Amino acid sequence: MRFRFTETAIDTAAARREVVDLGAGGYVGFEGWVRDHNEGQEVIRLEYEAFQDLAVKEGDRIIAEALRRFPIKHALCIHRVGDLGLGDMAIWAGVSATHRGEAFDACRFIVDEVKHRLPIWKKEHYRNGDSGWVNCERCAAAPQHVHHDEPAVLTADN
Amino acid sequence: MTSATAAAHAATAPAPLHGLILAGGSSSRMQRDKAALRYRGQSQLDRAFELAARHVSQVFVSVRSEQTADPARAQRPLIVDSVAGEGPIVGIRSALAAFPQAAWLVLACDLPFLSDATLEFLLRERDRTAMATAYRSAHNDLPEPLCAIWEPAAAPALDAYQAAGGHCPRKFLMRHPARLLQPLDRRALDNVNTPEEYAQALTLLGAASHGTKMQLKIHYYALLREQAGRSEETLETAAATPADLYGELATRYGFSLSREQVKVAVNSEFSDWSRPLAGGDAVVFIPPVAGG
Repeated sequence: MRFRFTETAIDTAAARREVVDLGAGGYVGFEGWVRDHNEGQEVIRLEYEAFQDLAVKEGDRIIAEALRRFPIKHALCIHRVGDLGLGDMAIWAGVSATHRGEAFDACRFIVDEVKHRLPIWKKEHYRNGDSGWVNCERCAAAPQHVHHDEPAVLTADN
Repeated sequence: MTSATAAAHAATAPAPLHGLILAGGSSSRMQRDKAALRYRGQSQLDRAFELAARHVSQVFVSVRSEQTADPARAQRPLIVDSVAGEGPIVGIRSALAAFPQAAWLVLACDLPFLSDATLEFLLRERDRTAMATAYRSAHNDLPEPLCAIWEPAAAPALDAYQAAGGHCPRKFLMRHPARLLQPLDRRALDNVNTPEEYAQALTLLGAASHGTKMQLKIHYYALLREQAGRSEETLETAAATPADLYGELATRYGFSLSREQVKVAVNSEFSDWSRPLAGGDAVVFIPPVAGG
């Protein structure tokens, strides 16, 4: 299983050890952090929720796709769920490869696909007391405006 | 062609009769794809297709070019609209153009009461010398062009009729030689255009009384969990597909997300909206995601 969830802080040192390979000339790790603002609103904390049965299957499929598409050694992705504060790590992805180029490309691919495909939701809580499910609240008012198949760059928190 | 050569031609190469299911409509009053509406556990498109296939050897589905990838349609032989314009006349003309020798048993896919007997009578009474053989409406006596046999000879007349600004196949049949039949059953050609008519048709077809209610397990996440006020429930429902079920729950809980914004999973795998549901299935509706 190369994709998993955790309800506690991600242990990046332990995760990194899982992708170590003596044939690898390099490793790329990505950390996604909770940011203090989004779309002009001051964010104070986030809630992450996932449909874990399906998300783990789909996450494993993404890692398998990365291993097919890029000449890499190992890949792993961990996503946190629950209540997160500012600066907390929401997602970690690590890839080892013979050469750095593939490791960068594969790591970016994995994070992008996870954001677009996995049934994971985040609720932002704002300084002004409001809150909202990212990608759900505004698109309810303007359905043709934002589609969940589109890259989530507009609302990325990292 | 003289009558002698026409007779010889007919003897050597009788015009084949193909079936054409019209499934290119916009379903604007229904606000969902009429071809996907289910009766007795089967989509109306599949019901119409199978009904026609019991009476003619080859059946096609008439679609607009943008519908060719739709999974419910793509698995069938298709006739893609090849002439300009809108509406059923375009589908009929495209079929006549695709197989210029063939006659077409044309069926709309919003006729849930259509029966084998209705088609048998139409085929038996077919007049090959007319441009079409059709039923009269039981309500207003006007021709019903979308449960009819259209002969190859109608093609040039239809082309000319549309070129002159005509678009209504019913009016076309009123002005051209057509054999018109009295329907055997008053309801046989009633069509279903609105959610109210669909609900009525389901009742008349006995969906609820045939023991088709089943228990499903629904899990809710994120915005839908908050709007439903629960994270899961076991539900007794007659909904035949995830699309029907989302409609039922959206009405009950006032979901703010339209079905187009949501995906669905059945038994922890992404699913089609038109997949038939079975008792015990676990269904999850997936609002727009935002991982990372």
